[in-house]
Amino acid sequence: MSEPHLAISKLKEKFPNSILEVETFRGEITAKIAKRDIYEICRFLYSDPELQYHMLTDLCGVDYFPETPRFEIVYLLHSFKLNHRLRLKVRVQEGESVSSVESIWKAANWLEREVYDLFGVPFENHPDLRRILLWDGYEGHPLRKDFPVEGPDFDKPYKPEV
Amino acid sequence: MAETRWMTINMGPQHPATHGVLRLVLELDGEIIVKAIPHIGHLHRGVEKLAENRTYHQVIPLTDRLDYTNAMGNNLAYVLAVEKLLGIEVPKRAQYLRVMMAELQRIAAHLIWLGTHVLDIGATTPIFYTFREREEVLRIFEEVAGGRLTPTYLRIGGVAKDLPDGIEEKIRDFVKTFPQRINEYETLLTQNIIWLKRTKEVGIISKEDAINWGVTGPTLRGSGVKWDIRKAFPYSSYDEFEFDIPVGTVGDVYDRYIVRLREMEWSNSIVRQALDRLPKGPILSDDPRVVLPDKEMVLTDIASLIRQFKIVSEGFTPPKGEVYASVEAAKGELGFYIISDGSNRPFRLRIRPPSFLNLGALPKMIEGSLIADVISTIGSIDIVLGEIDR
Repeated sequence: MSEPHLAISKLKEKFPNSILEVETFRGEITAKIAKRDIYEICRFLYSDPELQYHMLTDLCGVDYFPETPRFEIVYLLHSFKLNHRLRLKVRVQEGESVSSVESIWKAANWLEREVYDLFGVPFENHPDLRRILLWDGYEGHPLRKDFPVEGPDFDKPYKPEV
Repeated sequence: MAETRWMTINMGPQHPATHGVLRLVLELDGEIIVKAIPHIGHLHRGVEKLAENRTYHQVIPLTDRLDYTNAMGNNLAYVLAVEKLLGIEVPKRAQYLRVMMAELQRIAAHLIWLGTHVLDIGATTPIFYTFREREEVLRIFEEVAGGRLTPTYLRIGGVAKDLPDGIEEKIRDFVKTFPQRINEYETLLTQNIIWLKRTKEVGIISKEDAINWGVTGPTLRGSGVKWDIRKAFPYSSYDEFEFDIPVGTVGDVYDRYIVRLREMEWSNSIVRQALDRLPKGPILSDDPRVVLPDKEMVLTDIASLIRQFKIVSEGFTPPKGEVYASVEAAKGELGFYIISDGSNRPFRLRIRPPSFLNLGALPKMIEGSLIADVISTIGSIDIVLGEIDR
């Protein structure tokens, strides 16, 4: 095992109790993070002068139904300074919410709305948490594993409101 | 005391300048935009959900239909992710063919952008020129892959088939004439006073804002960030090609226009380099778990027949794990994040759509500007709703 990446060693030093696990697969580093500290960790990774993870490349949800905690939120950060990608993960119980990172990266605005829309995971302190791909009033969250692929109303006849 | 009232107008979803089904709610103070709220999702097909229920090979045609102007690039991003997950090497010839096709596709995608963008602003002529060249690229795709808009040319482990006879000459002809064609577009636009007035200092986004909003691709480079996935994280032998990353300075519509024009020239140069140095050899990896056997073998050898049947019906099972692979698509960083649980279908397939994040920054670019500038700004960030809505 080679030396841990700068970002990981810095994180372990700064947040010793919140870094639950670090994995490397095919050269990609993934850190599993305690949910309560996700905002502070992101803030630190963004503002630390040696790291400068200035871009939130991606933020997405994963549903591990029927495991508990059920959901996982995956953050993919990019640092132009280090030319490095770092993946963070937090686990979320159904009904729980996650701190929004929108105030750090504006890119999170739409990405968090998408996770809220398709998985039903709410984000605290998000300025505009609405559905984004589906319409307001849609029932259910399609990317959950217990949502049928063909949709819930597949076998019901279509009756438009007149 | 005078009463201040804002007018709310609705633009789209059926509007020729929104490039698909995008709806914008604009709040106006006279002609100035106070607030812009994009509404997306009209083209949502649930590609990520569909992919969870298909084998890895069956996902490739879905990716063609994301950004339908950049099908080869989408294929490439997906197969790179799966190959990374499997840990297989792709033969050099296949890598070069992939680069060649991806760059031809980038030219075609930028030509659509140029034609429609200037048409939105009011110049009707350039679209006839750009679609003339795009047609040549699509003819090449048709001969190589069999499809024009959705070629589905790439396979996990390589490409579908080798170049047909005589196509290299056609690609060479295209590459030879194309720089001349770019000159033609430039004589129509670059110094055109109307074009300058409509694009200079319009839809500006600063370097810092662009990064913070997750903007990638030519839109980011127009703001002066010299960053391209082909250089930052080289894939498919891009490190063996010579090319530069054009950047803008101001971050306005005009800079993005210049960046895309220069990118087309470099793409053209990469296609020529790939043709000149195209290695000989196989076009598919020899990994028997993943790659279909030779047709001749299937017809004569029972073991190959069984293998063909197994791969087509069951697919293959990559190891447990998760990977992210991205490419520099025509619109920006297109990434695929695959989580495998060891079964023959992806447990989760996440598409990182460049247009989605670029469009997210649109309100930042247009708030405070004139309503007429909305049209040119939307055109300049080059969105495709098929990819935003997935």
